[in-house]
Amino acid sequence: MSESAERTGPWKITLALIGALAVALTLAFAIGRHASPAGAAPPAPSAMNDPTLVAKGAWLAAIGNCNTCHTASNDRTFAGGRPLSTPFGTIYATNITPDPETGIGRWSPSEFLRAMHRGVDREGRHLYPAFPYDHFTHVADDDVNAIYAFLMTRDPVRAQTPANRILVPRPAIAVWKALYFKSGALAPDAGHDASWNRGRYLVDGLGHCGACHTPRNALGAEKEREDLAGGTVDGWRAPALNETSPAPSLWTVEQLVTYLRTGFDAAHGTAAGTMAAVAHNLSAVPEPEVNAIAVYIAARMGASAGARATAAGSAPGGQGAAGGGTSARGEDAPTDARHGNDGDAIYRTACADCHDGGRRGIALAYSTSVTDTTPANLIRVTLDGIHPREGETGEVMPAFRGALDDAQLSSLVAFLRTRFGHAPPWQDVGGEVTKAKREQVGEDRKPS
Amino acid sequence: MITLNVNGRAHEVDADPKTPLLYVLRNELKLNGAKFGCGLGQCGACTVMVDGEAVYSCLTPILLLQGRAIKTLEGLGTAAQPGPLQQAFIDEQAAQCGYCIPGMIMRAQALLERNPSPSDEQIRTHMNPGLCRCGTHMRILRAVRRASKTIQGALPGGKPA
Repeated sequence: MSESAERTGPWKITLALIGALAVALTLAFAIGRHASPAGAAPPAPSAMNDPTLVAKGAWLAAIGNCNTCHTASNDRTFAGGRPLSTPFGTIYATNITPDPETGIGRWSPSEFLRAMHRGVDREGRHLYPAFPYDHFTHVADDDVNAIYAFLMTRDPVRAQTPANRILVPRPAIAVWKALYFKSGALAPDAGHDASWNRGRYLVDGLGHCGACHTPRNALGAEKEREDLAGGTVDGWRAPALNETSPAPSLWTVEQLVTYLRTGFDAAHGTAAGTMAAVAHNLSAVPEPEVNAIAVYIAARMGASAGARATAAGSAPGGQGAAGGGTSARGEDAPTDARHGNDGDAIYRTACADCHDGGRRGIALAYSTSVTDTTPANLIRVTLDGIHPREGETGEVMPAFRGALDDAQLSSLVAFLRTRFGHAPPWQDVGGEVTKAKREQVGEDRKPS
Repeated sequence: MITLNVNGRAHEVDADPKTPLLYVLRNELKLNGAKFGCGLGQCGACTVMVDGEAVYSCLTPILLLQGRAIKTLEGLGTAAQPGPLQQAFIDEQAAQCGYCIPGMIMRAQALLERNPSPSDEQIRTHMNPGLCRCGTHMRILRAVRRASKTIQGALPGGKPA
């Protein structure tokens, strides 16, 4: 970008915003509110008492991860209230239990379908696209109806959704939709088999994988040309799932199925952050569905960038299991560094016993967290560890928050990048450490 | 030699930098408050404080600790003059076998030092990593709440730390 362009940039943005606002107001009056389907009422519960349909809706809802956003506390699943921070403000996920006053108890099937397919609520107002109707619009009517039957047969929970704190007025969503929202089903791709097409239907539709794994533009829309090229969510990096995947070794379909259904694959590592919840949900989904997702994602990755680099370079040499490293076993290596800011020495004294010594810890050369474009995930996992869900078994790693100070963590992360990532150093590791610590300092510092 | 600052006192320690802090505390410095439980950072019996944060001493190599402030159970008070948390644990009879309690107290201390009036939910969330096999969790929670009140001057008890 030239200097003069940089200087005029802010003006252009301001003008664009004024223009967008004008268009928004015009459209708001022109398009106005969608009329609510007159007289439509939800069917009697008995009409939805089809166990097969409800069971199908249950696993479809699991693929859609509805519970992750629409649940604020564990004992009130689907009752909403979870704050979702966006660059434009905070939106609270709504109550999607069948409570008539505070949930969707009065929603008819057609109103529910309209919300999923067109992003409009029962009252006819535009929904913020934090609700990923840009993906759900691809979901077949039958599948939406099964999810409806599932949700409407849950226990109603009375829980008023808090008011959103967002700068963008609802009418402006009409503009956003005009610019970015493409409604309708995906046409099957005859060049691929049924499994691939099923996988794409689930990934692009209900699974809304792109909501995290696709980068977004300044107005919060997924960049169409960078589909599944990697994004961020809650500070975590959602790695690229296309041909730019940074995974150091190729993902096979079988490994993806294992990872998606258990949250762990020995040749790639553990699902963390929001992905842990995704894997937990997929554990309850019929295997052929997860297999289709894996087929599609594996095809999208192809011989991905990370694996190509590995094939051209040294480590980690393909499909081995975790802990196969040879070099820096903690107990064998000299530990003569006398100051604690030497990343190599920190690795050997604090990490290598598990990650490089035959215990279950994955060899870090297999981990996408050292090869990805940002250190966000490596830092967050080191700070807070990995913990199974309450009451369940799973992979564990202790938290090192507190044990490592900021400088030590930064030098460790920089060392791991060079030693195992075989990639250029990350910029501003220290800044990312500060950011991760600030956002995760947590609620416990607020006085009651 | 690595210099460890434990409970405000400097100790010159001649040990492999890889040595976990727990072993140095117990075997070299004879500070036996922190306990060896699992050795894997999963139970919390070894918890001490480093620079104000609760830390698993069984997993923390002394390499990382040069010049940093380590606080152990012994730094909170004595049998004759227990600190507010120690007194609260006594008052609530929060120990059964007692093995987890030093770690529980140090984890709670880290919370109360940065937030003297935590909510019940904040206490539960913060204390979650600590395991107690006897099942005295409810008493432990009560003890932390009691200490919080003591520190704020609402109850008579040990001197604020």
